[in-house]
Amino acid sequence: MTDFLFQKTNGLTDKQTHYCPGCTHGIIHRLVAEVLEDLNVVEETIAIASVGCSVLSYEYFNTDSIQASHGRAPAVATGIKRVFPNQIVFTYQGDGDLASIGLAEIIAAAGRGENITVIFVNNAIYGMTGGQMAPTSLVGQKTSTSPLGRNPLLAGMPLKMCEIMSQIPSVEYVSRVSTHSPLAIRQAKVAIKKAFENQRANRGFSFVEILSSCNIGWGLPPVEALKWIESRMISYYPLGVYKDGKDLE
Amino acid sequence: MARGVLIIDRNRCKGCELCISVCPVKILSLDYENANIKGYQPMKILSPEKCIGCCNCAVICPDQVIEIMKGDTNHG
Ligand SMILES: Cc1ncc(C[n+]2csc(CCOP(=O)(O)OP(=O)(O)O)c2C)c(N)n1
Ligand code: SF4
Ligand code: SF4
Repeated sequence: MTDFLFQKTNGLTDKQTHYCPGCTHGIIHRLVAEVLEDLNVVEETIAIASVGCSVLSYEYFNTDSIQASHGRAPAVATGIKRVFPNQIVFTYQGDGDLASIGLAEIIAAAGRGENITVIFVNNAIYGMTGGQMAPTSLVGQKTSTSPLGRNPLLAGMPLKMCEIMSQIPSVEYVSRVSTHSPLAIRQAKVAIKKAFENQRANRGFSFVEILSSCNIGWGLPPVEALKWIESRMISYYPLGVYKDGKDLE
Repeated sequence: MARGVLIIDRNRCKGCELCISVCPVKILSLDYENANIKGYQPMKILSPEKCIGCCNCAVICPDQVIEIMKGDTNHG
């Protein structure tokens, strides 16, 4: 153990992922898995996979898993957590899944203050289905359904989920982090760890938004895609802790 | 002397070059002469002795290709 500076986590299986080269879903999987290993809860964790590129994440997390229908992961997580309150339950959802078809479920689960952890991967696009505009696509961003760029007069401004979630009284923790550099990735792990520690201590609903790349969907080489997160996404989606502690009467 | 010793699982690599872009001592490259089992030109290390053991490459790799052993900590 001590001979290693960096070692693979046992929170992941050995299965090779189907993700495109340079897709940061793989980094986020590893961060979640490392945190589960650090907290020594891999064996008692139930992952709720969503619909999107991460639909097969149950093949990669070394946990028990359920694959929920599109957008419904927080509802499935609610049921599982209420039946197995001693297990660690998290959802892993894309921005199409969470901020579009699943808006009702995420807001409702947050409103109830469910004691779950939500890993929200914001890559500003629908990756799996071929790069359509998401609620989180940036103004001017070209996608297959906004070939001239997102027009706010037609599609409105992109949804800022951390800002929305932090207004919900029963939510415990909201943080936005990124994957564009080794430093950002190390900081992302701190936020993910906090979100799982909260659940373990029964503090309630914790939400981590992770800015992620979809280099294929964005039409950029992988290294350029990370620069696009840094230069374009972070100015609209500022990083930081948005909420730490519920608003109780 | 190298402070880190990379163990590279070549056949997992997808040749995305993220590791190459974040190595502060610029000792990583794609292996343009060879393909791995998936058909990608995988990452290779050009000057192993120059590794400072920062782990940036392993931290950014999306595909669990890289593990890093402690090298010589008394030098360099
Ligand atoms: C009920 C339903 N509607 C639509 C779809 C098609 N669909 C599959 S994935 C997806 C969007 C995924 O985007 P996102 O959540 O951002 O994840 P990503 O693929 O970018 O990681 C859609 C609309 C579906 N599978 N089920
Ligand atoms: S550990 Fe750091 S110095 Fe060594 S190869 Fe990786 S990025 Fe380069
Ligand atoms: S980051 Fe990983 S997958 Fe990408 S080129 Fe480097 S070793 Fe290969």
